[in-house]
Amino acid sequence: MKSLAQLEQLKKEMREVLKIRDGVASGPWNYHVMVCGGAGCISSNCRDIVTALKAELAAKGLEKEVKVVLTGCMGPCDMGPVMIVYPEGTFYRRVKPKDAATIVEEHLANGTPVRRLLYRAPGSTEPIPKYSDIDFFKKQHKVVLRNMLYIDPLLIEDYISRDGYGALGKALTQMKPEEVIATVKAAGLRGRGGAGFPSGMKWEFTAKATGSPKYVVCNADEGDPGAFMDRSVLEGDPHSIIEGMTICGYAIGAERGYVYIRAEYPLAIERLEAAIARAREFGFLGQDIFGTGFNFDIEIRIGAGAFVCGEETALLTSIEGRRGEPRPRPPFPANAGLFGKPTVINNVETWANIAPIILNGSEWFASIGTEKSKGTKVFALAGRVNNTGLVEVPMGTTVREIVFDIGGGIPRKKAFKAVQTGGPSGGCIPAEHLDVPVDYDSLGQLGAIMGSGGMIVMDEDTCMVDIAKFFLDFVVDESCGKCSPCRIGTKRALETLERIANGNGKEGDIELLLELCSTIKQTALCGLGQTAPNPVLSTIRYFRHEYEDHIKEHKCQASVCEFKAAEE
Amino acid sequence: MVACGCKCETTEQAQLIEQLDRIIDEYRGQPRGLIQVLHKAQELVGYCPKWVQVRVAEGLGVSLQEVYGVVTFYALFSLIPKGRHKISVCAGTACYVKGTKMVVKAIRQHLGIKPGQTTEDSRFSLETVRCIGACGLAPAMIIGKDVHGRLEPEQIPEILEQYQ
Ligand SMILES: Cc1cc2nc3c(=O)[nH]c(=O)nc-3n(C[C@H](O)[C@H](O)[C@H](O)COP(=O)(O)O)c2cc1C
Ligand code: FES
Repeated sequence: MKSLAQLEQLKKEMREVLKIRDGVASGPWNYHVMVCGGAGCISSNCRDIVTALKAELAAKGLEKEVKVVLTGCMGPCDMGPVMIVYPEGTFYRRVKPKDAATIVEEHLANGTPVRRLLYRAPGSTEPIPKYSDIDFFKKQHKVVLRNMLYIDPLLIEDYISRDGYGALGKALTQMKPEEVIATVKAAGLRGRGGAGFPSGMKWEFTAKATGSPKYVVCNADEGDPGAFMDRSVLEGDPHSIIEGMTICGYAIGAERGYVYIRAEYPLAIERLEAAIARAREFGFLGQDIFGTGFNFDIEIRIGAGAFVCGEETALLTSIEGRRGEPRPRPPFPANAGLFGKPTVINNVETWANIAPIILNGSEWFASIGTEKSKGTKVFALAGRVNNTGLVEVPMGTTVREIVFDIGGGIPRKKAFKAVQTGGPSGGCIPAEHLDVPVDYDSLGQLGAIMGSGGMIVMDEDTCMVDIAKFFLDFVVDESCGKCSPCRIGTKRALETLERIANGNGKEGDIELLLELCSTIKQTALCGLGQTAPNPVLSTIRYFRHEYEDHIKEHKCQASVCEFKAAEE
Repeated sequence: MVACGCKCETTEQAQLIEQLDRIIDEYRGQPRGLIQVLHKAQELVGYCPKWVQVRVAEGLGVSLQEVYGVVTFYALFSLIPKGRHKISVCAGTACYVKGTKMVVKAIRQHLGIKPGQTTEDSRFSLETVRCIGACGLAPAMIIGKDVHGRLEPEQIPEILEQYQ
């Protein structure tokens, strides 16, 4: 790709071919069948459905009229395997390979949707044929997940048809590096990896830092156990990450980027590798990008199963091939990052926001969300909720809207108890705060945090002491051991919690926990230890009575904890 | 015969060493390649025994101590051999809330092994892991490369039967 004009031309051609996916039936195709290829649907055998559909189409001689595409995660994992048929946008759920014959016969050959595979709202028998009329989709606002329902992640042409690499072209040929940084700053984008630091400022610090070369790093370690947003973006729209990182490279004056992905995500690694290779072939990576003399390339580094490596200083050490132990900051990576050089490190979702911001401008982005939290947030909705899956909402949406409107509420008429956000560093939001708007500051005030986007719904059958124990057990396991407050403190806290959960808790144990937690918070070396007490503090804050029940009455309301005699 | 500190007399083992050396060649003399090399070495050998660590250390120019430090720091590297089929039961938050304990119990009843153990016939090894990214299908587990979701204890024997 040597010029923006050339890209525009390709985009126009591809757009024409693919406009059926915007609901405009024309061109050579009668239908495009988009089968969800997210992790959830793949594990419920969506690949067999693709094979079956293709075989049925071939048998009827329809291969030239109907195209079958495997996409990234469409979101409604619980309804999987799901698919959307364009141009009309018919949504099918819980599809089985044996349904392929019927879909081809009735719908793709004769134009009548298969009624029994259509979605029905809980408690209703009336089918809702179009995905865009279903609450789960209707109430979302997609920026990061913009391409999920529309592209084949393995085809760079599909990405280009939806403005892909247009932002890179614009930045490189029409904007100065400072203007790019100013745009990201003005947009008000804050880091999506958990801490919410303004991304534009981070870029500016790194651009101004002395030292070269500079590096761009993508944090794709996704350590929160109960979250799969980053994975879905990498698998479903890998080019959006490449484009975001390359724009940053131009803005800060870096020529090399690294993506650090956890080894547990082989498909994400495979897709990103393929996307990087394609981007090189098209000249979006490599030498003299868009004929501007700017060079940039990206390499993948694979993690090896250590939660602490999601912490930025540990991650950078791990890329260098060493034990991923964190170090105190400052110096921040902006000044002394990878190999001791100035480095921008951002989260996957942060990177996916960059191209739309450059393309549509900072005002557009800043118009979404709340005063201090701009844009949207992707959540991995899971646990005891009907529509588990991937959702993206404007900042400021309430927890109630996410859990009940989009999530469809709690299964089996159970009572809602809390949602947990922020994983092992976060806290819970109880029923009385269901109407809290989801933004960095409001969640912080409740003692929960935005976190990276894991949102676990809990109902009356969940015991909050057990949940606190679960997270602390996780931290004890994952503590790197470098500092003693984290290594020993969390272990002591876990022992106390175990005692309480066993029915051997003593009067004063809650106070002991509170004191221990506050010491760990103040003295731990890195974010892992400093935030480790949060799940305990938060459950004590809102569910102290459950702790007391365990200690005084030896009672676990949710019947989760098994009480043992002290002698055991 | 290459000196690797173990009794690798058979040609099979000699071949393994040759393949390992090819992996090492990509990063020869570059300590920063340690983790990536260990990944590939473990894929080749099945785990990271001492002779692998020694060879990697010499090849990349780092101390054996450093290699051992890295192997033991990261959960994915193993010092002991694993079964033919590795079962990883997800113990992430979503799965935990929906019944990790019950899945582990069912496997334990069927195979007689606890997390961290391998069956006597080396058919299965069992471990719990933190979130495999299939939270929407909780509770979930991975066997080899296959994800199994929405698990009920009754299904466990049938699923395990597929792996011989
Ligand atoms: C213990 C710990 C674990 C973390 N894990 C992750 C992670 O898995 N993914 C991530 O993007 N950020 C994680 N972070 C945050 C990173 O340190 C860092 O703030 C982030 O990569 C910056 O990117 P952002 O500004 O785009 O959010 C973690 C932080 C701590 C303290
Ligand atoms: S918590 Fe089990 S897959 Fe995420």
